[in-house]
Amino acid sequence: MKSRTVRRHIRESFKSLSRNGWMTFASVSAVTVTLLLIGVFIVIMMNLNQLADNIENDVEIKVVAEPGASQEEVQDLLKEVKETPGVAEVKYSSRKQELERMIQSFGDELALYKQDNPLGDALYVKADDPKNTASIANEIATYTYTFDVEYGEGKVEKLFNVLKIGRNIGLGLILALLFTAMFLISNTIRLTIVARRTEIDIMKLVGATDSFVRIPFMLEGVWLGIFGAILPMTLMTIFYSKLYDFWEGRLQNQLFHLLDPNPFLLQLNFLLLFVAVFIGVWGSFMSVRKFLKS
Amino acid sequence: MIVMKNVYKKYPNGVVASNGIHVEIEKGEFVYVVGPSGAGKSTFIKMMYREEVPSSGLIYFNNTELTKMHRRDVPYLRRQIGVVFQDFKLLPKLTVYENIAYALEVIEESPSVIRQKVTEVLKLVGLTKKTRMFPNELSGGEQQRVSIARSIVNQPKLVIADEPTGNLDPETSWEIMKIFERINAQGTTIIMATHNKDIVDNQPHRVIQIEGGLITRDENEGEYSNEI
Repeated sequence: MKSRTVRRHIRESFKSLSRNGWMTFASVSAVTVTLLLIGVFIVIMMNLNQLADNIENDVEIKVVAEPGASQEEVQDLLKEVKETPGVAEVKYSSRKQELERMIQSFGDELALYKQDNPLGDALYVKADDPKNTASIANEIATYTYTFDVEYGEGKVEKLFNVLKIGRNIGLGLILALLFTAMFLISNTIRLTIVARRTEIDIMKLVGATDSFVRIPFMLEGVWLGIFGAILPMTLMTIFYSKLYDFWEGRLQNQLFHLLDPNPFLLQLNFLLLFVAVFIGVWGSFMSVRKFLKS
Repeated sequence: MIVMKNVYKKYPNGVVASNGIHVEIEKGEFVYVVGPSGAGKSTFIKMMYREEVPSSGLIYFNNTELTKMHRRDVPYLRRQIGVVFQDFKLLPKLTVYENIAYALEVIEESPSVIRQKVTEVLKLVGLTKKTRMFPNELSGGEQQRVSIARSIVNQPKLVIADEPTGNLDPETSWEIMKIFERINAQGTTIIMATHNKDIVDNQPHRVIQIEGGLITRDENEGEYSNEI
């Protein structure tokens, strides 16, 4: 294609946006509204996902060594646990530290046990993948100097199930929303192109090739996508940054951290722009294709 | 220039618009296509620029067989044929100049060639003073002149006109006919479907009459039959 033709296509696509002012407005509005919905939803879902990750990563296995085991035997157990496949991190806590922790939790009455500490040394184990917690716990339970293994048996499995279902529902909703957006936007674009059917007919009549007809419409789709994405991208950037500053700054929330705006906002905006442009081009392509065939 | 051999066309709704047509049209001819509404005139014409494809039979345009032509080659056929319609088919948001230049832009002509050719045809159809006007600011006759200018700007070998005077008063129709005569005098073949008895009778050319999808009359210098 000649560069003159490329320039002509770009010029024509902009001209046609301004010539069809109301239709452009309708398409851009459709993109803006649906992208805002998608954007808000992705922010919520990604942060809930982050919360789920945090909860999962907090799951750990407490391994209690035989109370009578010697220091060497506990070291052997530590070594054995560390070498267990799937173990990411092991923290050692002496029986003395364990008792201190209990005294802190349950009160000074337990201080009596300082004379004769009945507790064993403890190891806190984290799995590289939280889903392997149960199998690792079962493996460690078989080691010679293991006295007891606790990891919230049953509860952890339930928690993981709930999180898994939650994630799938979120993903399903995002996909459904994307599908709705594609349907809504491409239909709006289709309506605007139906109104310009004569234009396509005349182009065909005077000997325009299919690609010559199609390219300006697809470029229009690109601009519609970009113009439609500007407002959602700007609003998401401003509001998420404000929310993050408020949440992490003033509330200093320890329970749950929002995703860092950098790189999250960059990724989100890139995704919104990509979705908008893709839907714009796809909508135009499908609509024009129908008229080119007829 | 155009040869049709045993052309048969049946639409999906069962209507037979062409029921075994044989015809030959030579280069430089001026042909009227007459017949009652629904006789198959439009289908006959549309098959020439491959807007319609026959169900069976063969159509040649300058020795190129059209029925087997690939879709991607159709634009190149259309560049050799100018088409004029009863309802003008102009783009309402483009000026007179832009509407005509459009036909050259889509075939990627250079701006200087476009300027030169558009100015030439504007002179030929007598619209040099209205280049910046929009179609809705023009009379019916003027709009049809723009449409004719667009159809010939690319110097096609054949101009097909489907009822070009159908929406025009008698006086304007004669002006339009003069333009077609001028184009024909330059060697361009003209095929015109019409219901205008006055024009056919007073400006005699070959007449092809179509009825029920068949050619029922083909006369050089014929008249518009009273039976239609």
